[in-house]
Amino acid sequence: MRAPLSWIREFVEIPKNISVDQIAEGLVRVGFEVEEVIESGAGLTGPLKFAKVLTIEEVTEFKKPIRYVGLDCGEKEVRYVICGATNFAVGDLVVAALPGAVLPGDFKIAARETYGKTSNGMICSSRELGLGEDHSGIMVFAEGDVAIGSDAIAGLEINDTIFDIAVNPDRGYALSIRGIAREVAGALGLKFVDPIDALREVKFENTGTGVSAKIADPATASVFYLRTLSNFDPSARTPMWMHQRIEKMGMRSISLVVDVTNYVMLELGQPLHAFDKSKISGGLTIKRIGKAQPFTTLDGQVRQLDPDDLMVCDDKSPLALAGTMGGQSSEISETTTDIALEAVRFDPVCVAKNSRRHKLSSEASRRLERSVDPSLAEFASARFVQLLTANSSAKHVATVVAGEPRFAPVIKLDSAFIPKLLGLDVSPKEIARVLGIIGCDVDEKTFEVDPPSWRPDLLTPTDLAEEVARMIGYDKIPSILPPRPNHSSLTPTQKRRRAISAMLAARGLAEVQTFPFTNQETIDQMGFVGERAATYRIANPMSDELPLMRVHLVPGLIEVAARNISRGAKDFAIFEMGSIFRSSQKLVPAVSPLIGTRPDAKTISDIYGSVPPQAFHVAGLLVGKNEEENWQGKARAYTWQDAIAYAQDILRLCNLEWTVKRSDFAPWHPGRCAELIVDGKAVAHAGEIHPRIMAKYGLPERSVAFAVGLSALPDSQIVRPSSVGTMPAAVQDVALIVDAKISAQEVEQALRKGAGDLLESIKLFDRYDKIGDGKISLAFTLTFRASDRTLTGTEVSAMREAAVSMAEKATGAVLRTN
Amino acid sequence: MNPADIKRWIAAAEAAFTSSKDLDDLKIARLAHLGDKAEISLASRALGSLPAEEKASAGKIIGEGKAAITDALQRATLKLEAERDTKVLLEEVVDITLPVDRAHRGGLHPISIIKNEISDFFIEQGYSVEEGPELESGWLNFDALNIPADHPARTMQDTFYIEPVDSGMVLRTQTSPVQIRSMLDNEPPIYMICPGRTFRADELDATHSPVFHQVEGLVVDKGITMAHLKGTLDNFAQAMFGPDVTTRLRPSFFPFTEPSAEVDIFFNGRWIEWGGCGMVNPRVLQTCGIDTDVYSGFAFGMGLERTLMVRHNVTDMHDIVEGDLRFTRQFGVGL
Repeated sequence: MRAPLSWIREFVEIPKNISVDQIAEGLVRVGFEVEEVIESGAGLTGPLKFAKVLTIEEVTEFKKPIRYVGLDCGEKEVRYVICGATNFAVGDLVVAALPGAVLPGDFKIAARETYGKTSNGMICSSRELGLGEDHSGIMVFAEGDVAIGSDAIAGLEINDTIFDIAVNPDRGYALSIRGIAREVAGALGLKFVDPIDALREVKFENTGTGVSAKIADPATASVFYLRTLSNFDPSARTPMWMHQRIEKMGMRSISLVVDVTNYVMLELGQPLHAFDKSKISGGLTIKRIGKAQPFTTLDGQVRQLDPDDLMVCDDKSPLALAGTMGGQSSEISETTTDIALEAVRFDPVCVAKNSRRHKLSSEASRRLERSVDPSLAEFASARFVQLLTANSSAKHVATVVAGEPRFAPVIKLDSAFIPKLLGLDVSPKEIARVLGIIGCDVDEKTFEVDPPSWRPDLLTPTDLAEEVARMIGYDKIPSILPPRPNHSSLTPTQKRRRAISAMLAARGLAEVQTFPFTNQETIDQMGFVGERAATYRIANPMSDELPLMRVHLVPGLIEVAARNISRGAKDFAIFEMGSIFRSSQKLVPAVSPLIGTRPDAKTISDIYGSVPPQAFHVAGLLVGKNEEENWQGKARAYTWQDAIAYAQDILRLCNLEWTVKRSDFAPWHPGRCAELIVDGKAVAHAGEIHPRIMAKYGLPERSVAFAVGLSALPDSQIVRPSSVGTMPAAVQDVALIVDAKISAQEVEQALRKGAGDLLESIKLFDRYDKIGDGKISLAFTLTFRASDRTLTGTEVSAMREAAVSMAEKATGAVLRTN
Repeated sequence: MNPADIKRWIAAAEAAFTSSKDLDDLKIARLAHLGDKAEISLASRALGSLPAEEKASAGKIIGEGKAAITDALQRATLKLEAERDTKVLLEEVVDITLPVDRAHRGGLHPISIIKNEISDFFIEQGYSVEEGPELESGWLNFDALNIPADHPARTMQDTFYIEPVDSGMVLRTQTSPVQIRSMLDNEPPIYMICPGRTFRADELDATHSPVFHQVEGLVVDKGITMAHLKGTLDNFAQAMFGPDVTTRLRPSFFPFTEPSAEVDIFFNGRWIEWGGCGMVNPRVLQTCGIDTDVYSGFAFGMGLERTLMVRHNVTDMHDIVEGDLRFTRQFGVGL
């Protein structure tokens, strides 16, 4: 919302010693962000004169059209200037910058020779004067608009300060100079003169029959003023001051009737719509159109109406998309003499829906969907009649009213509530005073507060608390820490995640965070199938290439790895922690209880249950060499063992026990993927990525990855340590020959089982696969210890033999003798 | 046995030992003065043939002489060994400036670092750190927060919806549904923060990302005032931006708070918008079954990316989301 200071001053007397900065700061303090302060006319000095075009000589020998123009600048002699624009004719009035003038951008005007002529000045466009972006031609006025030879800087009210203000959606009233001026007055403690006060006394006599007005459904509009005027001379022109203000507000001046509707809207906040009365058949009715049909709006676009669209219709057809945009058929034209002026307090939601359905946000809809002061339909339409009749031959014929304004109810306020909520001592008297500033009527005895008509947002004591706080100033509220609650800590799950991240980071993995979106091609490429491939689809994805929610972390890591490789990285390790979104349950229609009271337990449980579980994972991708190569020598490539080790280290960090089994599991190499099982549940996978995927994404061969389903891990149990024995340990080595298909884990488990309770630890210290005949040798160190005695040689030999014999039985192992 | 001989032998041995240049020299000198053929050794061996009455006194003199020579040898040995060590170890000097750092540099994502830092700050104040699902019910993300069905934020221009759309399931646009869950699940007093990932249908550019992070805080207790909100934000801002930072609350509008405010910080010489805050709208408390005659509350929310960008002067959002290791590694683990 723009607001020129010159216009604000009409409603607030601002002392000269208050600076522009103070006004801007005041607006910010009461909740209006000033996005920009535009100094119009900055860098512009005269002489700048209104001049009449006397002669035009077309200079034709150049590539572009050039005119040599004779001007009457109110001087004795005709002044000749060169001009590149062609949007004017002899008799038009223009703005001429005379030699000595400086235009914005330090553009000095001087007499000069150009195009073979002497140019004694320049005819200006509005952009050249810093008044707007319009560069389609020079500014043109008609005889009578302005006085020939008078100062155009004053005439165009060029020197001004324009605030560009962000207005919050609950403050529709501030989309007007009236609203902004009230806030400026409130913020600076100045007196505000409401322009409505003067309009209350303005009455127009009915001299004929006006167009009738009707609201079909009171829910769609509360009050409808329809004022009929006749005798309008369509050649009437917009007065200069109005033209300038409309342009300063960032709008275009179009024609007197349209300009007056816009001017009143900008001044008071009520959108108005003027119809050419001769195009109306019968009366006007506000109603939902009921059936789909085409409709051409003012902008020339043919729109397909929705049955639910709220329209202003005559007896035959729709004439305007209510509160949003008028229709072409009843538009004010160059021949319009009779006018029907509509001012309606539409229901904000109806307008918002109109606007959204047709993707059409207009100055009118922007205001109406934020709620407009219901009393304004009367006063704004009166202001229109006042301005139009004063500036043209138009005459008021009749005013017809349908419905009546509906106002917000009175609020019962406990004056102690506000200081209690704000933590700021405010007396009841002060509360009443401040609420008075914003327009409330306060009964100081009962503290019944009647909010002003333009504040439909004030409904509860809390709303009033905000008003009091902002007008007193949020900076007056003290800064105090709340009472300190009891001790808190991260949850065990949160501690786990932290510890895992810290471990991975400390061991050379860099954390990345990727967008959790994917597509079917990636899911297929990875080889995910069945429930591991099923996911949720986004109805309006960021990009059509990523319409699905991710089902795994590794594809995101691969993408990041590929990006890093494309930027020159070779050997690195990365990890990500985050949710995945497999569609484990079908989504049900939304459960949406009314708010304001707590839904019952079943409804809450239904809402919670409607949200599908989203598993939390950590995954890592190890690419290339396991360390940097330097003068110390070569590094080895990451192998499947590194990936498995990371997965196991994560489980170990969580103090869990697991078993390992080989798994054919996407996106891993079917022969080189370990599945880690905790409490019978597969919780992690690790190994070499499938070679097909490596090739597809251009990653180094044999890159490896791990993924751990953190939300699937059981809680860590409290540690109950066994006491540490001080008796000596007995160490025994055994080497076994087994079939190569037998896993080391099977042999180890058999040894462990056979060795009995006194086995303290077991470690594979050698693996030899060159024996041939499909056999391998596995050599283990077994450490035995008793807590109460030194083991004898006989005891230790017996335990060793028992272990070996269990391994022989369970795995077909043979003791290696050589 | 002539004591003068003994004295001479000792003097000769001492001279030989101290003049030895190195341990090899000393070895020769030792053989000469303490070896089998040394005069004192020969004298010792000849003791047996002495008459019994001389044996005792001669043995004593010889023993003392041997001890003196051994002592001299010991001193010479220590000295020469020390000399040798110094010389040899000097020869073993290496270039300790050679690069020895072969391990890949790991690190945490800067957003994780900030998240951890904020969590630690609030845990220290007694707050819990709550979490919630990213794919969330529209009722929890909007309705319960007093955001009406026709609110612009709920359109597909702003919010990602999951198919089928009538499920109302959205990618949460804020972490506020975690506040609702917290209030539905717990009795006051509630002191919590909820950091997490959020989504809005924005294009990725230098300052926006469709996927970003927020931290919100919620306090519901008896007698909670807007002054408590200010105190908490001042404290929080100083923890994030240093002791010199000042905050400013600017009146604003959010459906879920009343009064509402924007939080600005004055940092590096200018006012910067940091987040939003306010007193929890009674309608929101009532929807969660909290008695508004007894309890009041405040809430606030900030973007983690914004916090990171302001504090560390990161100017391009792409750096935060692309996962380029050259960016991430600069943050280490945030120490």
